[in-house]
Amino acid sequence: MKIIQFSTFCFKEIIRGKKTYYAWMAFLSILIFIGVAGYYQQAVHGHIVSNMSDAMPWGIFIGTYAFLVGVAAAAVALAVPGYVYHWEPIKEIVILGEIIAISAVVMALLNVTADLGHPERIWHAMPILGKPNLPLSMIAVNIVVLNGYLVLNLVIVTYFLYCSFIGRPYNKKIFMALMYTSIPGAISIHAVTAFIFNVLPARPYWHSAILVPRFISTALCAGPAIMILAFKVLRKVADIDIKDKALFKIAEIMVVVLFINLLLFLAEIVTEFRSATVHTIHIKFYFSGLGDEMKIVRWAWFGSACNVLAFFMLLVPKIRKNHITLNIGCLMVIAGVFIEKGIGLVLPGLTPGTLGEVYSYDPSIVEVMISIGIVGVGAFVFTVFSKAAVPLAFQKRPDQKRPKEIEGQEQIQ
Amino acid sequence: MKIIPEHAIDRRTFIKGAGIATAALAVGGCSAAGKVFDSDLLAKFFQTHLREITPEEFEKIEARLLKKYKKEYGRNFVLGNEPPNPDVLFGYGLDLGRCIGCRRCVYACVAENNQSRTPSIHWIRVFEFESKDVTRSINFENGTPFYNHGLQPAEGMVYLPIACQQCENPPCVMACPTQATWKEPDGITVIDYDWCIGCRYCMAACPYGARYFNWVEPEIPADDINPNLHLLGNRPRQHGVVEKCTFCIQRTRQGRYPACVEVCPVGARKFGNMLDPDSEIRQLLKRKRTFVLKAEIGTDPKFFYFYSFYG
Repeated sequence: MKIIQFSTFCFKEIIRGKKTYYAWMAFLSILIFIGVAGYYQQAVHGHIVSNMSDAMPWGIFIGTYAFLVGVAAAAVALAVPGYVYHWEPIKEIVILGEIIAISAVVMALLNVTADLGHPERIWHAMPILGKPNLPLSMIAVNIVVLNGYLVLNLVIVTYFLYCSFIGRPYNKKIFMALMYTSIPGAISIHAVTAFIFNVLPARPYWHSAILVPRFISTALCAGPAIMILAFKVLRKVADIDIKDKALFKIAEIMVVVLFINLLLFLAEIVTEFRSATVHTIHIKFYFSGLGDEMKIVRWAWFGSACNVLAFFMLLVPKIRKNHITLNIGCLMVIAGVFIEKGIGLVLPGLTPGTLGEVYSYDPSIVEVMISIGIVGVGAFVFTVFSKAAVPLAFQKRPDQKRPKEIEGQEQIQ
Repeated sequence: MKIIPEHAIDRRTFIKGAGIATAALAVGGCSAAGKVFDSDLLAKFFQTHLREITPEEFEKIEARLLKKYKKEYGRNFVLGNEPPNPDVLFGYGLDLGRCIGCRRCVYACVAENNQSRTPSIHWIRVFEFESKDVTRSINFENGTPFYNHGLQPAEGMVYLPIACQQCENPPCVMACPTQATWKEPDGITVIDYDWCIGCRYCMAACPYGARYFNWVEPEIPADDINPNLHLLGNRPRQHGVVEKCTFCIQRTRQGRYPACVEVCPVGARKFGNMLDPDSEIRQLLKRKRTFVLKAEIGTDPKFFYFYSFYG
């Protein structure tokens, strides 16, 4: 049976490796253990171990969740140039983008699970088993689309690798259908994530239609930034050839979207401050604090500065095509988007609360521990998948051909 | 109470049983809290949504809950499940001219509805405003619930108690991913505490801050507990679920006033059936200029504020 051989091959590939590989996996296991220890605290003592409150019902978990769904959606930044425009250097690495998407969805789902009061009741939100409030509740919709997107990407990756393993080109019709479904799928998971927030008129800071395109644009900044860094690490530690021009093309896409993101941000700023309604208080809180509650202000300015500076830096081709400055730029984009979307979305949205409460929130130690564990799980998933994928998709063995279709289209720039 | 045909339940239960075999394993993991794994826990895990229970299922749930409460509090309880009366739609009036901010309603509510004492949960919060701040519109950022003068009312202050506004168009119900909260035909928005997954999306959606999360297992001294319970109302809650005002569903469905109305020393609180033209609430709506909070959001509250006079 070829499937069994395939599974055995993957399994062997995952458990075998250099010393550095084992060290890395041990490190990730420690991170995961920290997360489990944190979650155990929460399970035993209740959600009171977090620093959330009735005035601040959501915190770091939901902020990180919004960020990570964006990272998952950013797989389109590779799928479109690779499979719509058939640009070969990117087409080769689309599969790695899908693996990043899988890891990001897993982390996003874990963040929601950690946030729930009763995770064992999650089946209540699932179609057929429970009573999901479809299509009115955006969280219910999101559970469906996010799990669908996860399954779709798992199928794409597994099918692609299986075909590589048996040395037969994939069925083009099936594969392209899956790939073309994943493109609107990626956009839809993130649009629905934005809908979770912006359908709430109770929270004026979120209740803005521009939140949807802002979510997608921030996603297509941070996602590619993470991919560029991950691919650079991967080609250092694994026997894999990721071409510079693929990375630079991704960086180029990132810069264009970064511009769109800054424009949407400006549109929000101008609308809020020029109209100066009572609802402007939320964005004022973000950029200048409210009473004694000032600690978010430095994050706000730091994050915005990262985004603006990174844009002007990476706009210059020389800087964008220098590996060191590109790394710095990517880190700035990740920090800027995480602050804009993780911290700058949830906290100002809930401060002041609907009854004017200003609640000072910092994630508690337990929340931070759980978050570290979730990052560990994400990195673990990414490592395991790419460990099995690299030899199959990127190392041509003499007897086996890598699936490849149209040649000679590399000149599309 | 909506009752669905027997065979539908059978099919439903079957699908659940088949599909959740793996989820059942997860329960084992989730009982990490050190609780003993017994048959009651399993019954609770597979409990039907309270909107769909049959009378027989209610009896089972009642027996299980009464046994549990007896064990926890050492007392006998009465668990009611009165259905809504089709000719009733509850409405509430609050006279801001009279309210003196004494907070007796807050404590009557806590005692009646078995809210957690540690940490304390108050379904009603009383805001204090300087009277100049409420002349044009009410912005809660100008008020505070943390006043402490000793004697009430303080000179030049206006008091505004706020709890669930029992919206006709409740954003919390739309938000809930599992339909664990819904509006009953008599206008009361209730929660199935055994169905709520604790995502707190309803709390983000509520414009009135009327929903509270049990961040920890609630604690109520056995002597202070109110033994007259309603399945959808004041039965003791559990850690990890959301709770809210139910217009004292255990009292009002028996034709009594909510505890806050009964206790108010100045008669600022009015309550009644909005479908009855002679009721107090209808007379009030006819004779006074009432307003609702945050009307621009379109929630259409059944909680009306008015000034009988300006103090």
